[in-house]
Amino acid sequence: MPELAGKELRIVGFLCNWCSYGGADTAGVGRFKQPTDLRIIRVPCSGRIDPLFVVKALINGADGVLVSGCHPRDCHYSDGNYYARRRLEMLKQFLPFMGIDGKRFHYTWVSASEGQRWQKVVTDFTRQVHGIGPLHEKKEAAK
Amino acid sequence: MADKDYAYYPGCSLEGTGSAYDASIRLVMQALGVEVKEPHDWSCCGSTPAHAVDHLLAGALAARNLVLVQKMGLKGVSAPCPSCFSALKTAHYRMAKSKAFKDEVNELLDVPYEGTVDVRSTLQFIYENIGVEEVARPVKLALPNMKVAPYYGCILNRPPEIAQFDDPENPVSMDNLISAVGVEVVDYAFKMECCGAAFGVPRKDMVNKLTHKVLSMAIEAGANCIAVACPLCQQNLDLRQAQVNAAMGSSFNIPVLYFSQIMGLTYGFTPKELGIDKGVVDPGNLIETGPIVPKEVEKPKKTKAAAKEAS
Amino acid sequence: MKVGVFICHCGNNIAGTVDVARVAEETRKIPGVAYAINYMYTCSEPGQDQIKDAIKKYDLDRIVVAACSPRMHELTFRRTVEKAGLNRYYFEMANIREHCSWIGEDRELNTNKAMEAVRAAVAKVMQDKPLYSSSFAVNKRVLVIGGGVAGMQAALDCADGGHEVVLVEKSPSVGGMMARLDKTFPTIDCSICILGPKMVDVAQHDLIKLYAYSEVEEVKGYVGNYQIKIRKKATYVDWTKCTGCGECMEKCPSKDAYDSFNFGVAPTKAINIPFPQAIPKKAKIDPTYCRQFTKGKCGVCAKICPTKAINYEMEDEIVTEEVGAIVVASGYGLLDIEKMGEYGGGRYPDVITAIQYERLLNASGPTSGHIVRPSDHEEPKTVVFVSCCGSRDKSIGVPYCSNFCCMYIAKQAILTKDHMPDSQSYVFYMDIRSPGKGYDEFTRRAQEEYGTKYIRGRVSRIFPKGKKMVVRGADTLLGTTVEIEADLVVLANAVTAAPGAPQLAEKLHISYDTNAFYVESHPKLRPVETNTSGVFLAGCAQGPKDIPASVGQGSAAAAKVLSMLSKDFLENDPAIAQVNQNACVGCLKCVKTCPFQAIVEEELRGGKVVAKVIQTVCAGCGVCTSTCPCGAIQLQHFTDNQLLAEVNALCLS
Repeated sequence: MPELAGKELRIVGFLCNWCSYGGADTAGVGRFKQPTDLRIIRVPCSGRIDPLFVVKALINGADGVLVSGCHPRDCHYSDGNYYARRRLEMLKQFLPFMGIDGKRFHYTWVSASEGQRWQKVVTDFTRQVHGIGPLHEKKEAAK
Repeated sequence: MADKDYAYYPGCSLEGTGSAYDASIRLVMQALGVEVKEPHDWSCCGSTPAHAVDHLLAGALAARNLVLVQKMGLKGVSAPCPSCFSALKTAHYRMAKSKAFKDEVNELLDVPYEGTVDVRSTLQFIYENIGVEEVARPVKLALPNMKVAPYYGCILNRPPEIAQFDDPENPVSMDNLISAVGVEVVDYAFKMECCGAAFGVPRKDMVNKLTHKVLSMAIEAGANCIAVACPLCQQNLDLRQAQVNAAMGSSFNIPVLYFSQIMGLTYGFTPKELGIDKGVVDPGNLIETGPIVPKEVEKPKKTKAAAKEAS
Repeated sequence: MKVGVFICHCGNNIAGTVDVARVAEETRKIPGVAYAINYMYTCSEPGQDQIKDAIKKYDLDRIVVAACSPRMHELTFRRTVEKAGLNRYYFEMANIREHCSWIGEDRELNTNKAMEAVRAAVAKVMQDKPLYSSSFAVNKRVLVIGGGVAGMQAALDCADGGHEVVLVEKSPSVGGMMARLDKTFPTIDCSICILGPKMVDVAQHDLIKLYAYSEVEEVKGYVGNYQIKIRKKATYVDWTKCTGCGECMEKCPSKDAYDSFNFGVAPTKAINIPFPQAIPKKAKIDPTYCRQFTKGKCGVCAKICPTKAINYEMEDEIVTEEVGAIVVASGYGLLDIEKMGEYGGGRYPDVITAIQYERLLNASGPTSGHIVRPSDHEEPKTVVFVSCCGSRDKSIGVPYCSNFCCMYIAKQAILTKDHMPDSQSYVFYMDIRSPGKGYDEFTRRAQEEYGTKYIRGRVSRIFPKGKKMVVRGADTLLGTTVEIEADLVVLANAVTAAPGAPQLAEKLHISYDTNAFYVESHPKLRPVETNTSGVFLAGCAQGPKDIPASVGQGSAAAAKVLSMLSKDFLENDPAIAQVNQNACVGCLKCVKTCPFQAIVEEELRGGKVVAKVIQTVCAGCGVCTSTCPCGAIQLQHFTDNQLLAEVNALCLS
């Protein structure tokens, strides 16, 4: 949204339905205040997240991408998050080769009861992305 | 085994009222083959008065000494006095926890403190970095008359998140060290009861009461000697015993020795070398040494059980 | 395509920090949106009617509701659109409450965030496809894990409802914690007298199959069709032969075995029956103490057993049971009092836990109901109870209240006076928590009729003084410290999750909170369900609760099971993976990654090998979809196109 330029950056979050989406709900129910930059996309399991989604988001306009799933060993689908962990770790290593700062991407685990942890994850990651600044202004300028 | 290459920060008490503590530690270290490295030009740790007035200055006073250790290139520093230990470790802890505080303190220092020095009490250093096995090695003599109640005082291992040593409610390090040199230790419930600390001057009445409790519980536990690791505890329990007796109508006559003095006796140093004559209460025959009697192996019990089983 | 968007005020919950009218206005500008309106409570009956009416009036074919979390009301609105004639998957929710209005303070930023959330939901809904459930048969047997009072209640209710029940109990007898209690508050009835008949019912019910001294080893399958592997731990006694005569226990020469039933109040024999009313009443050998195991010779029990039931060679046995629903009633644990150094827990014999005291009070306990000090077996005259031992103490890792300690302390104080009329009890407490029928009256009786002295304050230290234990604490009402010389100190140690609770949760795929208690589906509206359909909760496994609440939850879980099993067929969630056989290259990577073995290899007529999803087994995680190199297998409702539509709606605008 152009009118908000300067105030917010664009951060996309992919959250698994069972743990982290619930954790974000818990944070909401607890009124744990968070920065507003994050937009959440709900997926059934972190294992559903194709690393390509993350890359697409970053290429298409996001300044940061956050992924959160169930804690290892606590996956609703028994081991979807292990697949996620491998894929996302690979992706994290790979981003710099695409010219994207690895700090723009973060994956973590938040359970449905960890509202406060969710607040901290969002706050810290948003701060981190703000620290690097927007990803796409430069591109515009280069055009 | 942890690193033994630590600096030794004696602190002001050990140059004055606690000189016997200093002397005994140096002898014990000598027997254990550990070099005592005193930082050159060490200064006041800040102690209680500093942090009661200004946290920043308290941090800077302590951190100045940590910088000296840092310059020596050593891994850490041990302080025999719990108050010094607490001041140094608290400064280290707070600087590690808050960058803002660290920056403020470093602003006051000539050389900034990097936060790399491991602070330990000398008791912890001996217990963890040297270890009970090593400590048992130089033992030459036994103290057959002595039954010790180890008294830890308030800040050797508290607050636990800063001190990071031993059990904050029921410490056992001193118990184990004294046992390791072959001296009998009693189970003592008031290991960390308050002795009154620096209130010995402004609130004599209160200290009398508190010290009375600590002393009577030691006697109740069957001890005839109290071991301490703090010059102030030693002073309150030893020097003020007559004052307590007068105020509370008791008749205590229980010697209060530094744990290092007890260790030193078993290593064969003389009471005079260890500064035991500097204490107020005369230890009398408690410090009489004797040859080491090998511990009885609990054989009779076993044979009894075996006999029972055979029948 | 005509999308209708309904933006909820949720009273002031959303409208307070989001300009909902503006969200509606902006939404109308999105291509494809034919209708957008804001409304006070969209989930209310008029709110739902409004959706239905709009669908008809404006010929809408896709619906978005921007309101609370879909975890809250997605099902509600899916039913609404279905009633209006749309497929229930032509519906999306934008979460503008939990993820927006409740967490952001800036109205402008919140409004913008809500608009973007709606934009993403609209993009997604326009990609949605109609999906239809298929039905599958339900196994009508029930597994109950845990044979305490909650589990037994659930098992009995399910069995009375006509379903076969498999009851798995970890210890050698059912009964749980309640079997150890002497009396129960606030009525002072004898615990085993009211529990015993239930235990017998469990043993004698034709439809209940009891596996005592067994544990759940593995859980496979899905709602309606679970395969459970149960480990029957070796008892070294053939229970088909054992008559429970107790001869072996009498003659066993190993007398120092730890008695876990009595929480170590007194030792037991290496071969033992835990208590007289045990169900099943069978003996079991503890190999850590049995001389046959520790020394390799003894064999006394084998010689003495009249039915030759002893078998030292016995090994654990794994059996498989098939069930359709699972009730988890695995109970609780107790805080190790050694963590409370200042109370001398574990160091002083006369500082004991409340459950140990309960065993001392119990007529069938090791002292036959005589209260004696563990140190010298003398009768105590002064008993001090310390409540909140660990509970409500973050530093111990127990930030919560243990729920029933205040009540059992009052009970134990009353019983102490009953047993020893010349005794005096003291209770150190933080707050007296007695919210239950007849509960507060009960704690008052303990004080007023039985003369128990309640001291409001915490205990700072417990230490021995001669034969006495001195309890030093604060009396915050008098503003002073107090010291009480007690003969016996009873600690109300905190209730914790049962040991092994996280491991069991992982087997069941249910979640647990930071304290390892199992998480219910909704704290108020779905208190016995979990987020895994087919798995229900009862008793203290979900959180500390007293006997009436545990029994109530046991019955509630049974009611949920019965209502589920009243259907012969269940409908599956159609949001599962689907293979596009034309695109599939038959690499079968999806077969390897599927956590549920729901994908198999299929040979088509022409000989081409492709992947095939077993509909009833697929749980809908989508791991296969992100594995597939050519996008041939797609998790319905979360396809690549649908998720990328959301990504693009958020990023490209």
